[in-house]
Amino acid sequence: MIVLSKEKLPIQKEQDVILFRNRIKEVATKIGMSLVNQTKLMTAASELVRNMLRYGGGGITHIEVVSRNSIPGVRLSFIDQGPGIADISLAMKDGYSTGKSLGLGLPGAKRLVNEFDIKSEPGKGTTITIIRWKNGL
Amino acid sequence: MDRIPILKMGPFLLVTIQVDLYDRLALTLENDLINMVSKTEAKGVLIDISAVSIVDSFMGRILGNIASMSKIMDAATVVVGMQPAVAITLVELGLTLSGVHTALDVEQGMELLRTKIGQQDADEEGLYDSFI
Repeated sequence: MIVLSKEKLPIQKEQDVILFRNRIKEVATKIGMSLVNQTKLMTAASELVRNMLRYGGGGITHIEVVSRNSIPGVRLSFIDQGPGIADISLAMKDGYSTGKSLGLGLPGAKRLVNEFDIKSEPGKGTTITIIRWKNGL
Repeated sequence: MDRIPILKMGPFLLVTIQVDLYDRLALTLENDLINMVSKTEAKGVLIDISAVSIVDSFMGRILGNIASMSKIMDAATVVVGMQPAVAITLVELGLTLSGVHTALDVEQGMELLRTKIGQQDADEEGLYDSFI
């Protein structure tokens, strides 16, 4: 996989989320991603960035344009130094939430992207990386 | 603080969301709307989301909350103008928006609200008839 461009955006407050979403849209439009795939990517990003703010106390996001076998895609990383997730497989279950949400955030985000990777260590924080390929199903 | 304007149109309240919502703004809207339903004795709420590019689980929950709160206060809620890409994404996300009435655009949404009120009036008339 080749990284074509990379930028960092810190997320500390809710208003940062709008800026972050707009930037994803710009990047996705630039590589010619369809509107449906853009919407899926942005919705997944919205879920993950909210988790980061709510449970991780904010953090850093990376927006990258990547390419594999000449197919471009957008890779997003969400890195926080929050309390981490004790049981990842439980957190990935539909309907499970420690807050008062619907519990669709993590499993829903996973369904909306092509690749989903989560690493978490209690006490150290959580890193989630997702990829949506330009025309991936 | 930012606020989404709520317009009164006869017995209905009209909300057009023209900006991307962050969570606090959505919560403020939920609050304002329910207070307005009570203050104006509105019979219906129409929410136009045609300018909204994404609806995530939080926004979906807010829409559901507005619908259930209005319902207990005797007002119907119709969400209109959802973009096709948003609908596709919502279903894949696993959100069904149960309890929320939907229509394609503002015009059809208004029609739906009018029908709902009409039905109510007819029911009430029927009730009076049975008393007589």
